Order: sequence, then C-alpha cells, then structure tokens
Amino acid sequence: MRVLQIITSAYRATMEEQDDTVVWLTQAMRGAGGELDLLLTGDSVNYAVAAQDAAGLSFGDWRQTQPPSLPRDIAALIAKKAEVYLLDEDCQELGVSGPDLIPGVLPIARGDLPELLDRYDQVWRW
Amino acid sequence: MAKTTTLTFALMDAPFESARTTTAMRLLDIATRRGYEVNVFAYEGAVMLPFALQKGHLNLAHGNDAEQENHPLPKDWIDALIRQAEAHGGHLRWVNCGLCVDERGAGEAIEGIKTGTPADFWQMASTSDNTLVIPTQ
Repeated sequence: MRVLQIITSAYRATMEEQDDTVVWLTQAMRGAGGELDLLLTGDSVNYAVAAQDAAGLSFGDWRQTQPPSLPRDIAALIAKKAEVYLLDEDCQELGVSGPDLIPGVLPIARGDLPELLDRYDQVWRW
Repeated sequence: MAKTTTLTFALMDAPFESARTTTAMRLLDIATRRGYEVNVFAYEGAVMLPFALQKGHLNLAHGNDAEQENHPLPKDWIDALIRQAEAHGGHLRWVNCGLCVDERGAGEAIEGIKTGTPADFWQMASTSDNTLVIPTQ
C-alpha cells in the first residue's frame, strides 16, 4: 500500500514537539516498512526553506537545546527515498522559490494534483 | 461468508476542544453498530480521550448537580463503543501512541486501551479496507 500524507497545518506545536508531528509520523511509519510520501501545502511549504532557525527559545533559566529543524527532517526523508512534493502555487503566494529550498523537493502545480493523488492507494490529509 | 469490513481511524484532537471528536465518535458508533472491525490510532492530544481520571462536574449555570448534569466524558463514550462493538460481533481496538502518552502523563487509560507506536498504525491501516485521518487543524 502506498500512502500520500498531505500536511495542511504548519508549525503546529513544533517548538514543543521539536519537529512536525506528521513529518515525524511519516518517518516512523517508513521505518516500520510503510510506503509513505509527503505533500506540503499552505504554510507547510516553508518546511523546505533552508534558511530557518528556531534556536534560542528560553523561559527563565530553561533553555531549549534541541530546537526543531524542519528542513533537516525533510532532507532526512528525501535521503531515505521518500518523495516530498511542494504545492507550487502556495510557494508563489509565500514568496518561496527554488534558491530558498533544500535540494530534492518536488514542486507540483495544483492542476497536476489529480494525477499525483491517483498514484497512491490512500491519501491522508492532516 | 462475507468478508468483514475493517476500518482504521487516526484521531488527533484532545478532548473538550473540538466538535471533530464528537463527529469521530459518531462514525465509530455507526461502524461498531454494523459489526465492523474498527481500529483507532490516537495520536497526540487524542491519547487523552480514554484517560481514566476524567471526571464529571456540576454546572451551576444549568442549575444541575454533578449527577443531574451527567457530564459527557470521552472515556465513557469509548468504553461504550468497545462494548457495543463486541455486542455486534466486531471489535474496537484502540491504540494510544505511547510517546504521546508519556508526554502528557496519560498512562491511566480505561480498560481495553493499548499503548503502541506508529508501526501499529501502519499495520492497522495496511490491513484495513480504508483509513480516515481526523487531524487537529
């Protein structure tokens, strides 16, 4: 079974979780033998922007030592042969373009989504 | 003999936060009434849904004491659905994400709740007729 995970809610509790929970879930299920790819939509296309840094959170004498790094996690998925798609129109709307992105992500136009979705047995929209 | 329908649901919302939880329970109600094999993977805040220490309360605005108010508790809904599934010849298997349980101190779940991993979710989904994800938005 092949599954496409579509992320629509971006940066949901990423500081507390130290990652995106659906990206993490995708990594974990792939580790268990699952065949899952990722489509980033809306604000989540920003996960593929290389130049972001969430370091420095502190409250009182508490310091976050392991901040989330979404580009790192997306790159790790790509390194393990997952396909990671970005919705092109959402990239344009947010001013995200090729030079900003980590290598290996796959922009896809909205008009090409039906063909993409058709390649999967199930589509899970988060 | 007809093949039994098997469905998997992934839930994500914490209790008392969203009408999506009630909608999810309505779907589980229909599926268990039909005798389906039903799996639930509770992810993130949804691991609190079967938390055993949920407690009803009075409601002075309604003029009800705790008994009259009969406050809805998701743990009771889940318990009822587990029993309903069995009464109709099916099963409701509920797996809480273990790391999500640890994060929230949600270990005290009602009877019948298992703790597992995303591997359980994948196993349940890949052996089901279909899977519905109901995420936090």
